[in-house]
Amino acid sequence: MANLKTVSKKSKAQSMGMHTEVLTGRTQQKFFNPDEAENFYYFGTYDVDFNKRTELDVKDMTAPEANKEIDNLMSQGYGTIVIKNPQGKHSLGVGILNKLNLIFEGSLGYFGMGSCDGPIVRINGRVGWSCAENLMAGKVVIEKNAGSCFGAAIRGGDLICKGSVGARTGIDMKGGTIIIGGDAGAFTGFMMQRGRIIILGDVGINLGDSMYDGTIFVGGEIGSYGSDAVDAELTKSDQDWLKRKLKVAEIGENFDVSKMKKIVAGKKLWNYDNLEPTEKKGAI
Amino acid sequence: MCGIAGLIHRGKSSNVGSELQGMLQALKHRGEDSTGYALYGDTDGKNFIMRFKVGENVGEGSSSVMEDVSVYDERKKIVDQTLAEMGAKVVKEERTLPYSLRYEIDYNVKDLLEFSQRIESIPGVEILSMGKSLEVIKDLGNAKMVCDRYSLDKVVGTHAIGHARMATESGVDIKSAHPFWGYPFSDVSVVHNGQLTNYWNNRRVLENKGMRFMSECDSELIAVYLAEKMRDGATLEEGMKASLTGLDGVFTYFVATKDSLGMAKDTMAAKPLVLYESDDLVAMGSEEIAIRSVLPQEIDTYDPFDGEVKVWQI
Repeated sequence: MANLKTVSKKSKAQSMGMHTEVLTGRTQQKFFNPDEAENFYYFGTYDVDFNKRTELDVKDMTAPEANKEIDNLMSQGYGTIVIKNPQGKHSLGVGILNKLNLIFEGSLGYFGMGSCDGPIVRINGRVGWSCAENLMAGKVVIEKNAGSCFGAAIRGGDLICKGSVGARTGIDMKGGTIIIGGDAGAFTGFMMQRGRIIILGDVGINLGDSMYDGTIFVGGEIGSYGSDAVDAELTKSDQDWLKRKLKVAEIGENFDVSKMKKIVAGKKLWNYDNLEPTEKKGAI
Repeated sequence: MCGIAGLIHRGKSSNVGSELQGMLQALKHRGEDSTGYALYGDTDGKNFIMRFKVGENVGEGSSSVMEDVSVYDERKKIVDQTLAEMGAKVVKEERTLPYSLRYEIDYNVKDLLEFSQRIESIPGVEILSMGKSLEVIKDLGNAKMVCDRYSLDKVVGTHAIGHARMATESGVDIKSAHPFWGYPFSDVSVVHNGQLTNYWNNRRVLENKGMRFMSECDSELIAVYLAEKMRDGATLEEGMKASLTGLDGVFTYFVATKDSLGMAKDTMAAKPLVLYESDDLVAMGSEEIAIRSVLPQEIDTYDPFDGEVKVWQI
């Protein structure tokens, strides 16, 4: 930490990790050195081979047993694992901090693929509430529908649902991209802080309610706007990005992105420039 | 937390007792203070089936006061006398447990209000359900325990709804357990997952209109609310749609009648529901694993959206 006795009030706050800058454009800010490769790997991850493939039938396993077995298979170098008979079980595939090609032949229950960092996942079924919550990186593709709180608090990666999703999709998300091929429920993007949500179909009431930052693109009808969610101009750059993203996501490739609506935060509800009283005390 | 489940077979009957037991048992982690079934069995439709209790289960975890079995016997005797006075003939009588009874009654009256009021004026007696095919069975414990206790796995019928309860707003007892009968309407039952925040306001209004509440469980309000709407001439679906604004709080609920099953979800969509729909079967539950217990094969399911109301016929 900087010497607080010799710096100005403004830089004192910054030295203590308290920002005073306006957040516009902050999503572009880099907080790490991309040249340092070790930033991308966790200590103790496995060196897996994507060409080494195996199957795992979890029909008679509990979720912890199944997750431990996935970890065990990765430790043996398996880079492609096909999960058979997930049958709507909760909490499958959570906490994978590794490169991995994971395929579920069926549907997941709640909290599927939660707190993951790095795997490429395809779910040939439906997912329950809070799929891929806290995803850091990687790609999760759901072939059918998803429940509520889809992609809650994700920080990175691509989360794709080819069907429709429930309420509060992308709640509290802090990065990454969520793409929905069908419709989305109420409170989509509720309190989102960064990242992007793309919905090709209709979306329910209170879209983007209390969002801090980030962008929502909607192809269909909007039930209603939430507090502080406002329209923004859809730029050429946005359209190019949408086309690229939809193509990579294998979803809505021929969708006319030029007619999409762009929703951002009006930024009237919050003000990061005002420090909390206790923080002010520390900064003075 | 609580879990709810329901299913309706269209155009055929099935072993709904066993099916609902599997669905509710899959949801037992959502609450096993009590479990309740509303089963719509195959009957000839001639007689009323009255499920009623003359006391409470005072087993482990119960918040009820223990009473002597002789008290139950005395109450039963008064029920029998009252039925005879009203001209209701008991065709068949079953006493599954000391406090729980099932009567088949030959009683040719459409308005059950006066009938119910007289029976329930007997202290300690509560009608759990009244209908030509509906039977509400609820007791303490998880789905399997209740199913085994009342031999429900053999019940054949067209549709059913059920509830696995984690008691939060009211006591652990049968009277607060779901499903609730849509008093005084024949064959109407309700289960609910959530919390209603304008319970007392609505209750005061409805009681002033002559409606009856047996518990202090907020979920009972839904049954009474819908019953009052239907009493005033609304259809079930109209009543359910009105409930989206008339009831405040978070809720997903099912309501069943003699020949239909409906679901409603509040405008915040705060409570879960997963739905499977095909030409001959609709199955739904708080979690997909409930549906998987009757349909283990890969199927297409979805979450109904906020403010959605659906009704299916048998």
